[in-house]
Amino acid sequence: MSTALDVVFEKTRAENRAALIAYIPAGFPSKSGCEKAIKALADAGVDAIEIGYPYSDPIMDGPTIQEAAEISIKGGTNAADVFSALKVASATGVAAVVMTYWNPIEKYGVKEFAQSIADNGGSGVITPDLTIEESGRWLEAVGNSGINPIYVVAPSTSDARLTQVTSKTGGFVYAASVMGVTGARTNVSVDASALVARVKKTTALPVSVGLGVSTREQAKQVAAYADGVIVGSAFIKLLLNAKSEQEGLDLISALAKELALGVREGR
Amino acid sequence: MTNQLSDVLGHFGQYGGRFVPEALIGALDELEAAHNAAKTDPVFQAELAELHRTYTGRPSIITEAKRFSEHAGGARILLKREDLNHTGSHKINNVLGQALLTKKMGKKRIIAETGAGQHGVAAATAAALMGLECVVYMGEEDTRRQALNVARMKLLGAEVFPVTSGSRTLKDAINEAMRDWVTNVATTHYMLGTVAGPHPFPTMVRDFHKIIGEESREQVLALTGRLPDAVLACVGGGSNAIGIFHAFIPDAGVRLIGLEAGGDGIETGRHAATISGGSEGVLHGTRSYVLQDENGQTVESHSISAGLDYPGVGPEHAYLHDIGRAEYRAVNDDAAMAAFSLFSRTEGIIPAIETAHALAGALVIGNELGPDATLLINLSGRGDKDVQTAADYFGIPL
Repeated sequence: MSTALDVVFEKTRAENRAALIAYIPAGFPSKSGCEKAIKALADAGVDAIEIGYPYSDPIMDGPTIQEAAEISIKGGTNAADVFSALKVASATGVAAVVMTYWNPIEKYGVKEFAQSIADNGGSGVITPDLTIEESGRWLEAVGNSGINPIYVVAPSTSDARLTQVTSKTGGFVYAASVMGVTGARTNVSVDASALVARVKKTTALPVSVGLGVSTREQAKQVAAYADGVIVGSAFIKLLLNAKSEQEGLDLISALAKELALGVREGR
Repeated sequence: MTNQLSDVLGHFGQYGGRFVPEALIGALDELEAAHNAAKTDPVFQAELAELHRTYTGRPSIITEAKRFSEHAGGARILLKREDLNHTGSHKINNVLGQALLTKKMGKKRIIAETGAGQHGVAAATAAALMGLECVVYMGEEDTRRQALNVARMKLLGAEVFPVTSGSRTLKDAINEAMRDWVTNVATTHYMLGTVAGPHPFPTMVRDFHKIIGEESREQVLALTGRLPDAVLACVGGGSNAIGIFHAFIPDAGVRLIGLEAGGDGIETGRHAATISGGSEGVLHGTRSYVLQDENGQTVESHSISAGLDYPGVGPEHAYLHDIGRAEYRAVNDDAAMAAFSLFSRTEGIIPAIETAHALAGALVIGNELGPDATLLINLSGRGDKDVQTAADYFGIPL
């Protein structure tokens, strides 16, 4: 079965460009603010949206996403809010996925979580702290629900390990551009292009690069070699620093438009 | 039964394993290989044994607590004196082992998390001894509660990084250490201080602490001619407890009893008794019992003891609990502090507040088992670091 995510990558491949993928945590900056942000990002031309499930112990995230997660958790965000944001995103016409640490999935129920993703129009789930060795029940559940299990690989991942991980992956492979946590960076490391090349030797799946991209120029650079460009902290920083919700929405819309140009200039 | 309970992927039944970013897999594999090689390397083992003999002060002695025993139903009480180790707790056993492994792996920098500061001080000590750079992550709240240990770490040449995210306690210090490790994994070893975290940490840290049980099993047999009826230890992450339990797991007649931090009482929700009052989940890279809410968010733990104030527990304990080989009970703050005071006055030993939870357990269990019973207690740490907390609790002006 083909998901909305697969359709996006077919389209961007046909247009010979990279896809623009935006990340926003559910319930941030507020429940209604998150819905508005999703619509603003979709209107501005992003191809896919990752809805983050805010978690109390986000070891892969830098200070920006940690702060957003804390705000969201204090606002009472739960699984229902994640699915509701997912539904809003997929209704805009973009491909929608969820990114979450593993424990909330296990607590919700592995089968039930996968099915709720599918029921709310989601194309897959990115699980940054789920190793393939611990994925037995999850792979069975995503298979039954027809959604993609999206794994994250890193510059330190060996070639042998890449083969193992990408063989279990669906939708796209998430390549972490640097060794480190999420957050905007001045330079997207040269490790990223080397990693994408190594991943592509193991799979025909699209490869998207995340961690550190915040500008049109960086998006253009990454789009030269990757199938997708993932931007998270840069949007969140704008929302955190904005004087009003409307100003934040205007700023992320403007950035998304710039980035959408960037992903079309890379090749 | 055997005491080798885990599979090659570090699973204890349904617990353990690895729930970590892919970026760390290479480092965990490297560590596992180094540890496996070290286990059968006579040179490594001789080097560690020599350090324990000439630096740690091993074997630690057994002390019989005769006056305290009068309050514990007359049961014979034997104390394994890990408080007499260099740096004042069992933590030194693990850090010396991991520091030697760090050198074998060619890394020059270690990071560590600490709650009470005992593991941080031990890590800083091992780093100073072996010429390694050391950064210790400590919740801002704990740097305040344990200011003396912050100063000790700095005197030993370590950098102490106060963590201001989340609840600003041990769990957040671990998060921050993990983030550092993900970023600097090529040059840095994460010297995790307890039997939790991703494989191989639970088995490796246990292997460095199992000397506690191995020594005391021989010592108790030599002293009394038989095995103890019960072995008691406090449980936060569970390192001192697994250290003393492990050698006794095959001895079916020996009860293994872990005392968790009940805080204000499990019924109040303000506690750190993860097995007694938590549920199955994943935290900090391992599957075990966790204090969590209905959405899988970690719940803040509460205990008067900073070293037990952790919402997770080692996976081997979770498994020993589920198969019924070990039992776990909660001891509230007030009961622990009453035992702290009684033990200080009857034995002339000021215990760590962590350890006082095991002593409070002994008062109850001794009365249950009666005067013919022998209890072995891991006296895991000394209480110098807790003088401020205890003085506040008992209203002693400083």
